[in-house]
Amino acid sequence: MKITHILAAASAVGFLASTTAMAGPEAEVLHWWTSGGEAKSVAVLQQEFSDNGGTWTDMPVAGGGGDAAMTALRARVLSGNAPTAVQLKGPAIQEWYEEGVLADISDVAKAENWENLLPAAIAGHMKCEGTWCAAPVNVHRVDWIWANAKVLADNGISLPTTWDEFNAAADKLMAAGITPLAHGGQAWQDATVFEAVALGILGPDGFRKAFIDLDEATLTSDAMIAVFDQMRKMRGYVDGNFSGRDWNLATAMVMNGEAAFQIMGDWAKGEFMAAGKVPGKDFLCISTPGDGYLYNVDSFAMFAVKGDDKKAGQQLLAKLIMGKNFQKVFNLNKGSIPARTDVSLDEFDSCALLSSQDMATSNSNGSLLPSYAHGMALRGAQSGAITDVVTAHFNSDMSSADAVKMLVEAVKNSM
Amino acid sequence: MTDFISNPDAKHKSGKATKIALRWFLLLLLLIFALYYLMPLFVMVTTSLKSLEEIRTGSLVALPREVTFDAWKTAWSGACTGIQCQGLQPYFWNSILIAVPAVFLSTLFGAMNGYIIAHWKFKGANLIFSMMLFGCFIPFQVVILPMARVLGMMGLAGSIQGLIFVHVIYGLGFTTLFFRNYYVSIPGELVKAAKVDGAGFFRIFWSIFLPLSLPIIVVTVIWQFTQIWNDFLFGVSFSQAGTQPITVALNNIVNSTTGVKEYNVDMAAAIIAALPTLFVYVVAGKYFIRGLTAGSVKG
Amino acid sequence: MSDWLERHVPKMVLAPSFAAILLFVYGFIAWTGWISFTKSRLLPKYEIIGTLQYERLFISPRWDTALNNLFIFGALFIIISMILGLILAIMLDQKIRTEGVLRTIYLYPMALSMIVTGTAWKWILNPGLGIESVVRGWGYESFSFDWLVNPEYAIYTVVIAGVWQASGFVMALFLAGLRSVDEEIIKAAQVDGIPTSRIYSAIIIPSMAPIFLSSFIVLAHLAIKSFDLVIALTGGGPGYATDLPATYMYTMAFSRGDIGQAASSAMVMMLVVFAIVVPYLYSELRAKND
Repeated sequence: MKITHILAAASAVGFLASTTAMAGPEAEVLHWWTSGGEAKSVAVLQQEFSDNGGTWTDMPVAGGGGDAAMTALRARVLSGNAPTAVQLKGPAIQEWYEEGVLADISDVAKAENWENLLPAAIAGHMKCEGTWCAAPVNVHRVDWIWANAKVLADNGISLPTTWDEFNAAADKLMAAGITPLAHGGQAWQDATVFEAVALGILGPDGFRKAFIDLDEATLTSDAMIAVFDQMRKMRGYVDGNFSGRDWNLATAMVMNGEAAFQIMGDWAKGEFMAAGKVPGKDFLCISTPGDGYLYNVDSFAMFAVKGDDKKAGQQLLAKLIMGKNFQKVFNLNKGSIPARTDVSLDEFDSCALLSSQDMATSNSNGSLLPSYAHGMALRGAQSGAITDVVTAHFNSDMSSADAVKMLVEAVKNSM
Repeated sequence: MTDFISNPDAKHKSGKATKIALRWFLLLLLLIFALYYLMPLFVMVTTSLKSLEEIRTGSLVALPREVTFDAWKTAWSGACTGIQCQGLQPYFWNSILIAVPAVFLSTLFGAMNGYIIAHWKFKGANLIFSMMLFGCFIPFQVVILPMARVLGMMGLAGSIQGLIFVHVIYGLGFTTLFFRNYYVSIPGELVKAAKVDGAGFFRIFWSIFLPLSLPIIVVTVIWQFTQIWNDFLFGVSFSQAGTQPITVALNNIVNSTTGVKEYNVDMAAAIIAALPTLFVYVVAGKYFIRGLTAGSVKG
Repeated sequence: MSDWLERHVPKMVLAPSFAAILLFVYGFIAWTGWISFTKSRLLPKYEIIGTLQYERLFISPRWDTALNNLFIFGALFIIISMILGLILAIMLDQKIRTEGVLRTIYLYPMALSMIVTGTAWKWILNPGLGIESVVRGWGYESFSFDWLVNPEYAIYTVVIAGVWQASGFVMALFLAGLRSVDEEIIKAAQVDGIPTSRIYSAIIIPSMAPIFLSSFIVLAHLAIKSFDLVIALTGGGPGYATDLPATYMYTMAFSRGDIGQAASSAMVMMLVVFAIVVPYLYSELRAKND
């Protein structure tokens, strides 16, 4: 009968897929870097992996900043078929560790001296109860302002260093008929602007108390009300059609001179570069007003798997991820900076250099902080609850006092 | 069924002119609706024919200034869906290998189930039917985690067979519904007469019901093929490297959080991914009507 | 073949399907019910802790919005798709010469994955890019169509795109139904001089009751599972104004690692569906079996 043929063919394909791997280190890698530039960046890792005799099986799942990949990951873990290495970041690493499904890569980390190569704050994310359980790839800075150089020059505006200056500049631009802030009304983008504002107004200590410790006093403080007040102002600085806009279309508005500023992580640089714009000349980068540095670190965690080939693959992969060459090439492609601090930055652009300097400074004075909006500071349930309030406030006429009240309730309800 | 408006036998007093005007009005209405349905396709096709530069600078919903097919080529064989930049091509076969057996099996089961529920009633048959119908409403998000467990235990995790299995299970409710609703309109006397002639359960199905089933088979195949071909959630959850269906690849091309977006490639990829379903609609649509006419002649 | 076997063959043929549904639908619902009473986070845990997840659910303002949206979206989507599908089917049934082409045009949206079609709709509905700016470009400066960016109206844009996607299939179902109505009866009615509209409303449409059941199930199923549509079109926004239970559940389970909460929302959602669908099924099936 026909159907048996079809099934036989189907199973033959499945069989081939599962047995093509030969002896030697092997890894099935689940990640969500699929667009042109990102894929090129990961391909560097794959190349190094196979140069070292490894077999890389690619398992890409894009979408929603990794949401779809996390769906696939859960299903794979529950079916007892976990991928070898998975792109994971922030407290999610520790959460998965607590489920008892992560592998220990301390051997590699000790042999390669990771402890001294990484800023302490970032190293902390890679450890689970004293053991190393993940390898960092890059550091994205989140609290950036991107600006159109010509628009600023034409209107006699310099880059703002306080939120008052920002507001003054924005009012002036409004009067000149230019949209001050290019923004896309998606929850994560609202949260990105919110945390930049919060860092500036609460200061690094306040930010830590609010978004890492979830300290109730800070969450309900007058400073937090001021943060929401500033968000209300920001709402006035975006154009009428911002809702649902993709972040890169907002970047294009800055590029085309329709808008002056965008608050976005340094992946926005990739869009400028792809359009042939030059940093410092066509577009400008500066950290958002206030002290501190919000980082978004991508990393890979290794899952507990059976088989020596796969275990060897995990060790090799961990070693290569932290390798100097990969850290350089990957980050040149991606717009971020290397996680390890001893990589030469000669080939990097001025924004990356600024990012690197600021990271060193803030690391020494304790203001190197994890981004809450990008899942680095809190567990998913908590950061999600905060984002719900932020985006509800930004997209309605809710008062700041109400927002703060809602914020505390939402955080409590998410525990 | 005959049309009434132009039927000369119809006892209307309207004159010829009114009739012609009425038909033009009807056509106009149909065309207006067609515009509504075509609008997004227009946007998608025009965008896929533009260069990225033009998309970045021009209006998103305008005709292309310069037509280029680069995006189509890229989408089929060059777009990055991960480290591999081979476009949708490699994933196409996976989807075929999943969809064809799954559609066939679920249609077969649905036909048998519908036949039994409509004509071989036993105590509790209606309850079983209701339970199957309600099963249509289970949100697939609920199914993923326990299903992953079950597939793991069956040794089907990450395999094409696993995906076929899942699609057949969750297609049963609909296929049974379609066939049952179609078969209830076939007179029960037909079955009784055949039984008197000594025909058995399978024989009656094979020589009486199956020949009458073309229209409903077409409807069921259209539905099942669309659902399975366009499924993303099961595809992403129960596949592994090498068995991912085309929707996962499409998603990987389209959905990048921090990468540069290439809308022209996205749109071309979406249209390419939809071609097999469109093909089914065009081909099946014809048989759909033909089958119906044939059915009514015999019935 | 023995008599006993002959009598039991139908049951045996139906049994595997029934067993599969029992396990993979009702078994899994029971499993979800269990999980909804636990504190499962990233992965399922089986230790019962009481009704905490339901308490959390009912004080969540976002769930409130999601459930309300389901009623608005579900009702409009089902009613409009059915009416539009029926009208299109009746119009197409008037021996239109271009029927083949038109039918395909009405049906094709079903073929396209919403992952990308959502982007096209997003542009069309966006005031700055799509319809509003085009009409204004024609000189109608005061024209306004900004539902997509208005939290109060955004859910209606989801209805527009949803109807666009599903109504063609409903049209196909109705067309199949119209064509299988017994011609003799209609001819007889015409001979008796009954007006066309009356033939439709009194003879043809009532005879298509099973088709209405099918369309209702198909549409209700799509409404409840609408997920890609919302994610691609509005991403749940502005704010979370267009969140639906399916997106809420998915967000909780998979992006927030809050599986217990997701399970409780799934249970409430299924109860709602049960309350609406079961009476409908009951009346439909009973009407035919008396």
